[in-house]
Amino acid sequence: MSESTLRIGLVLPDVMGTYGDGGNALILRQRAQMRGIDAEIVHITLDDEVPDSLDVYTLGGAEDYAQRLATRHLTRYPGLQRAAAAGRPVLAICAAIQVLGHWYETSAGERVEGISLFDLTTSPQERRSIGELVTDPVLDGLTEPLSGFENHRGGSLLGADAKPLGKVRHGVGNGVGDGTEGVVQGSVIGTYMHGPALARNPQLADHLLKQALGVDTLAPLDLPQVDRLRTERLAAARRG
Amino acid sequence: MPEREHHNPARLPVRTTVALAAAGAARWASRTAGRGKGSMIGGLIAEKIDPKIMSRLAAGKKTALITGTNGKSTTTRMTAAALAELGEVATQADGANMDAGIIATLSLQRSAGICALEVDELHVPHVSDAVDPSVLVLLNLSRDQLDRVGEINMIERRLREGIARHPDTVLVANCDDVLVTSAAFNAPHVVWVAAGASWVGDSVSCPRTGEPIIRGEDGWYSSGDETFRRPTPDWWVDDEKIYGPDGFVVEMPLSVPGSANRGNAAQAVAAAVAMGADPAKAVAAVGTVREVAGRYGVHRVGNHSVRTLLAKNPAGWQEALSMIDQDADGLVIAVNGQVPDGEDLSWLWDVRFEAFETMKVVAAGERAADLSVRLLYAGAEHITIDDPMKAIASCPPGRVEVLANYTAFRDLGVALERAEAKAAGGNQK
Repeated sequence: MSESTLRIGLVLPDVMGTYGDGGNALILRQRAQMRGIDAEIVHITLDDEVPDSLDVYTLGGAEDYAQRLATRHLTRYPGLQRAAAAGRPVLAICAAIQVLGHWYETSAGERVEGISLFDLTTSPQERRSIGELVTDPVLDGLTEPLSGFENHRGGSLLGADAKPLGKVRHGVGNGVGDGTEGVVQGSVIGTYMHGPALARNPQLADHLLKQALGVDTLAPLDLPQVDRLRTERLAAARRG
Repeated sequence: MPEREHHNPARLPVRTTVALAAAGAARWASRTAGRGKGSMIGGLIAEKIDPKIMSRLAAGKKTALITGTNGKSTTTRMTAAALAELGEVATQADGANMDAGIIATLSLQRSAGICALEVDELHVPHVSDAVDPSVLVLLNLSRDQLDRVGEINMIERRLREGIARHPDTVLVANCDDVLVTSAAFNAPHVVWVAAGASWVGDSVSCPRTGEPIIRGEDGWYSSGDETFRRPTPDWWVDDEKIYGPDGFVVEMPLSVPGSANRGNAAQAVAAAVAMGADPAKAVAAVGTVREVAGRYGVHRVGNHSVRTLLAKNPAGWQEALSMIDQDADGLVIAVNGQVPDGEDLSWLWDVRFEAFETMKVVAAGERAADLSVRLLYAGAEHITIDDPMKAIASCPPGRVEVLANYTAFRDLGVALERAEAKAAGGNQK
């Protein structure tokens, strides 16, 4: 942590994150504050250069045009790339996976260059994947199943340098037929669990916080509301 | 005062007459079987028998169509009220705003020479082709449930294409809404209304160029095409008054709450005036609209007076939150996640529940757990009681505000009516 306050970068909420994705930065801040750690959210908009000095970054999903604006901005001001190279944790939601890959193909068939933080490429799938998504994480330190809601048409094919975040138990995930979901490369994590993915996945939230703070353990939080939500959503997915 | 128009329904082809008779029979059967109000079933059957029935029923009438993501029912009710001075107005009683509901409305109110019809956004192009509207009111466009309707930019493009086929229609369009402005921008006859935009999350990029929309104190413009910018409004409102063309300005008291409804009222007035209504009378008429399909209505249950508000999407929630009376004795928020609501509740995180740090909230509904986690991280003190009726009962005696999404609102409305009827029956004994 750079100073006494944990600084959480909410990257381009004005163009990426029209689906509740801003909730992830909020959850990180609140879970830090519940443990007595000062934390603040830094909004990085299209009017700002992207700083490389923050402790953790979150990026949300976007549609078509907005995704393109975001890609152009991140290329022009490569603070996020420098932060990732320095090992700062980054959480990329849904379309942000595509922006952080080598390239993605739009529904109109056009290829748009990404910023290559992930060794992956994304192409449109035949059908949109919509619904509850449950995976078993394969990332060290995560033991609980991950739960979320997916709504995407892009299918992401991982290269050799990228590893999946989890194995799909229910739902579609990366959508290229190998049963994988999400992506992990260095300190950067991507998932198709869209919107406020951390609301249902406190273990993933604390994984990011630990990396951001440079600690191995955090004081446990007893939040029965979160436990109930996880139980309900995992059961809903089982019911199909 | 303009003379009340008396409309003689046009003679209809045999096929249409047969269709209407079948619709009437189905309506009766559906009502008898206790399956709701029956009008939708009738409309569906009539359209099956005579596919041109909508244009036949609307022929010769002066019609206003009202569309947008939020405020359709309220604005339609207000437009109908403002048009009433010109003659009998056909309008939906129940907010059924797709083909079947529109046909049912037209067939049940055939003597009316004027129509004020709310129309689902995606249905506007073909309904316009069928009824050839005098006026089309465009309120606002924002994300509904993405998993059902598709992206909002596509809806704007379809509206724009549909509007291009009706150059004689007068558009009454909200110039504070970027997507609405884009849909109406090239039309020859537009009345611009500054109806406000509490939600801009769906118009960060220009729908015409993809470049960012720049917002400032005097409106917005597209950085990709600086000719595409907020038009100068013909009508606008503040907390007390409405302002119109040629220096028109009067007080506009409303019976429904919230600033979004002041914008809706302004669009209703502008629409009625475009169809020949007197501006001052139109303003007085919109002020009489009180309850719209159970919304804003007050129920008495036990020692609680319960006011119910409906919100269906992020923009609607943000607007409804601004209508909440912070001095009420209790606030119940009920959220379901059925198909009509959208099964994905991510939008809860786009709504600023942080405003309720000072008010005690009861989280309710089938997805109370999702709401509870949102409130937890918003720092809003709350308890969770899944059943909305029990949640209301748990509040201190007095006034309770209830905010609910679609199916939660619908089910609670039935439960409240039942409780009231039971109480009334008990009193008679």
